[in-house]
Amino acid sequence: NGLRSLRPPRSRRPRRNLIKEGRKRDTGHRTAPLRLLLQATNSGDSTTSPPSSPPSPTTAMSRRGDWVYENNGGTCVAIAGADYCVVAADTRLSVGYNILTREHSKICELADKCVIASSGFQGDIKALQKNLAARELLYQHQHNKRMSCPAMAQLLSNTLYYKRFFPYYAFNVLGGLDSEGKGCVYSYDAVGSYERTGYSAQGSGSTLIMPVLDNQLKSPSPLLVPARDAVTPLSESEAVDLVKDVFASATERDIYTGDKVEIVVINKAGTRREYIELRKD
Amino acid sequence: GKSREAKERKAHFIASVPQHPHADDAMIPNLSALENHFGAAAAGSDDLGALFSADAADQLALEFPTCNDFDGFQKATKEMVNNKKGTTTLSFIFDKGVIVAADSRASMGGYISSQTVRKIIEINPYMLGTMAGGAADCQFWHRNLGVKCRLHELANKRRISIAGSSKTLANILYSYRGMGLSIGTMIAGFDETGPGLYYVDSEGARLKGSRFSVGSGSLYAYGILDEGYKFNMSVEEAAELARRAIYHATFRDGASGGCVSVYYVGPDGWKKLSGDDVGELHYHYYPVQAAPVEQEMAEAPSAST
Repeated sequence: NGLRSLRPPRSRRPRRNLIKEGRKRDTGHRTAPLRLLLQATNSGDSTTSPPSSPPSPTTAMSRRGDWVYENNGGTCVAIAGADYCVVAADTRLSVGYNILTREHSKICELADKCVIASSGFQGDIKALQKNLAARELLYQHQHNKRMSCPAMAQLLSNTLYYKRFFPYYAFNVLGGLDSEGKGCVYSYDAVGSYERTGYSAQGSGSTLIMPVLDNQLKSPSPLLVPARDAVTPLSESEAVDLVKDVFASATERDIYTGDKVEIVVINKAGTRREYIELRKD
Repeated sequence: GKSREAKERKAHFIASVPQHPHADDAMIPNLSALENHFGAAAAGSDDLGALFSADAADQLALEFPTCNDFDGFQKATKEMVNNKKGTTTLSFIFDKGVIVAADSRASMGGYISSQTVRKIIEINPYMLGTMAGGAADCQFWHRNLGVKCRLHELANKRRISIAGSSKTLANILYSYRGMGLSIGTMIAGFDETGPGLYYVDSEGARLKGSRFSVGSGSLYAYGILDEGYKFNMSVEEAAELARRAIYHATFRDGASGGCVSVYYVGPDGWKKLSGDDVGELHYHYYPVQAAPVEQEMAEAPSAST
């Protein structure tokens, strides 16, 4: 690996006194928001930057009592079928009781058979989805094929865990088709524990939606011996209808869910998107 | 600077080992443990090193927040972000090998986030690990341990011992001590010396033993396990003891539940013996008995006649 030697030496874990240094160079600098955004998205190496560089977003945040997160709400649902996968999320973005926008997409098509939906902190979600999309592009160039959904699932897990001590505040569901063309859903926590399931809900309305999905779709546990067949017993159009129903219901009782639901259906033919209006109150 | 020195030292050491005439028998010491790549560069930097290079296994690059109060930050993020597992896992050695058993529930506070978690990780065909504590911590470090064990196998042409792999994990966890990882695990398996069982946790403990139970339901499991344990048992008897112990733990511990998985590791590797839904297991242990009818309902004699 010839490239390795050209790279700058890897830094060690930041010592605690680096933090004070960061604060010192933080004062007096006013950084353009665009610059902050670029830094936040292209790398997290705030600790390796030379003292002359502008303050990193994390040190800027640390002035406000170290707290960098916000919950922008939102609900994501995915259902896998025999030869399709439905991934859906609402398009509301709020902070506290304020609705900031009614048409913010939480869904990102990472590969031809792989779609991610995320709720949580919009800044982290954007950074995470851009990172994954970039990784997928590099994978295409290196391997001359698109990344499979199970591969993306593990990449996402590792990406989340590499920020174990400074997590992405993002709750993700990954949906798509596996190498055999079967629908697959992977659900995550914020620091990268993941599991392949038949269906999943994440985000602010997940506790309202998940029991309904269990009731309609629950299949025998994959842990059972002898194994029992576990296929979601719905056709594609039935699954899409179920998704519309659960979002309409969650909107009734969750203030962070509403406005519109964006539904992405992945099947042999490719992906298609549709939007259904929800309550706006 | 330091790591280069260590590399050179290692290279020199390997070069100074005399070449054995039978190359297959020559022991090349694996000194990778001497290199400490603890917390290398930040993840997500523009090179692909962290995830795609071959030596990613010992070049972990976790990213840290630069904030005034690291401990306070960890504590606060833990509340909002961490998927904790209330768990019951157990493992014991008996004359025919090792039994490993666990439930399958994951919860975030009072909410059950999954009933189908695989808490018994298949590290290689002869070694199993159990997970209790933080879901992501356990899953990630066991995956990492699997990679390390495979690399050891390729470098040394023999499988890693249970003692070796558990120490590899314990050393990693010790290097992160006090930073908020939450892992309580048992490494169980069969190696050249016979059955092996170690308890390893994120506080740095590594204990060898013949009987362990870990997790919030462990007290209940110990109750059954200690009462029924014998060294000489058939595999079926041992599996039933483990199943019964986990079942009764799920019965009394709200944070444990789902399915009971039981694995056996013998000289020929591990085998999954059973996986039962706790809801169905209940009727296996407590069959519904037809209660004798205390009073038959009969038509009351009508007043008019």
